[in-house]
Amino acid sequence: MRKLTIPFLAVSAVMLVAAPWIINAAPYESTMGLVQKVFYFHFPSAILFLLASMICGINSVRVLFFRNLRADGWALAAAELGLLFGAITLVTGPLWARKAWGVWWVWDPRLTSSLMLWMIFGAYLLLRKYGGPGSERLGAGMALFGMLNVPFIYYSVNVWRTLHPMTSVVPTLPTDMGRPLWFCFTAFTLLFLALLNLRAGLEHQRVRVEALYLAEDEA
Amino acid sequence: MRFLRVCAVIAVLFAAAPISMAAMQPQPPKEFVPADTIPQDEQIPAINLVAAAYGFVWFAVLGYVFSIARRLKTVETELAALESRKR
Repeated sequence: MRKLTIPFLAVSAVMLVAAPWIINAAPYESTMGLVQKVFYFHFPSAILFLLASMICGINSVRVLFFRNLRADGWALAAAELGLLFGAITLVTGPLWARKAWGVWWVWDPRLTSSLMLWMIFGAYLLLRKYGGPGSERLGAGMALFGMLNVPFIYYSVNVWRTLHPMTSVVPTLPTDMGRPLWFCFTAFTLLFLALLNLRAGLEHQRVRVEALYLAEDEA
Repeated sequence: MRFLRVCAVIAVLFAAAPISMAAMQPQPPKEFVPADTIPQDEQIPAINLVAAAYGFVWFAVLGYVFSIARRLKTVETELAALESRKR
């Protein structure tokens, strides 16, 4: 996995540089026009926001119930990426909504629960930074709550009909719009995997540094 | 008795105030105003919003990549120093 980080980063960088031209070639949506093109970055970042929460939650289960300390590095890395991709989702969404809906924000279940999940990631990272010894287990508990929020966020638009489009929109996209979407999705996923790997590696090295300091103090 | 009458008048005035104020308020529109009837100078051009969205994505991703690179460099320097001290 470590060997794939640089190729993944390079390929995603090339794809993201090419993305505006590919998106520009996609047809305009009939009612929203140009502003709908925010969708090509909004959707991949939203899915990766949820994926980061799942990765953080699953690794937190490994920390809490199996005492796997290496999994903690992956959970922390996923939480940071959740905060990053969550911020992209929560900023690009309102910019699109302002034109499409006429408002920046509505307190509907999808938007509110996404904001809640993003705040859980923020709280998790603050706890890990300033919580001191034992914060990894407290944080793991918090990450579990975050993971439980994911199905609610995903299906909320189908259960409560609000302004936000339903989950059936993406599978029914015409090919001309689907192609740029999946191109951007691949670019974002490669970027996500490369950053996750880099960040987890950084955390594992940081743990090694702490262990070396402790060994030095004891000697 | 007179005191009670004054109290009753004040109570009626207090109760009537919100009703009369509500009656003076302009009625809210009964439905959304279609977007194509909004005057041109009140509309936000879509290109500004699209550019802001794409700009934010690049800003956030590049900022995070630089942050990881900086932290990785610090940890690697620290690790190298500790391992050389150990030997």
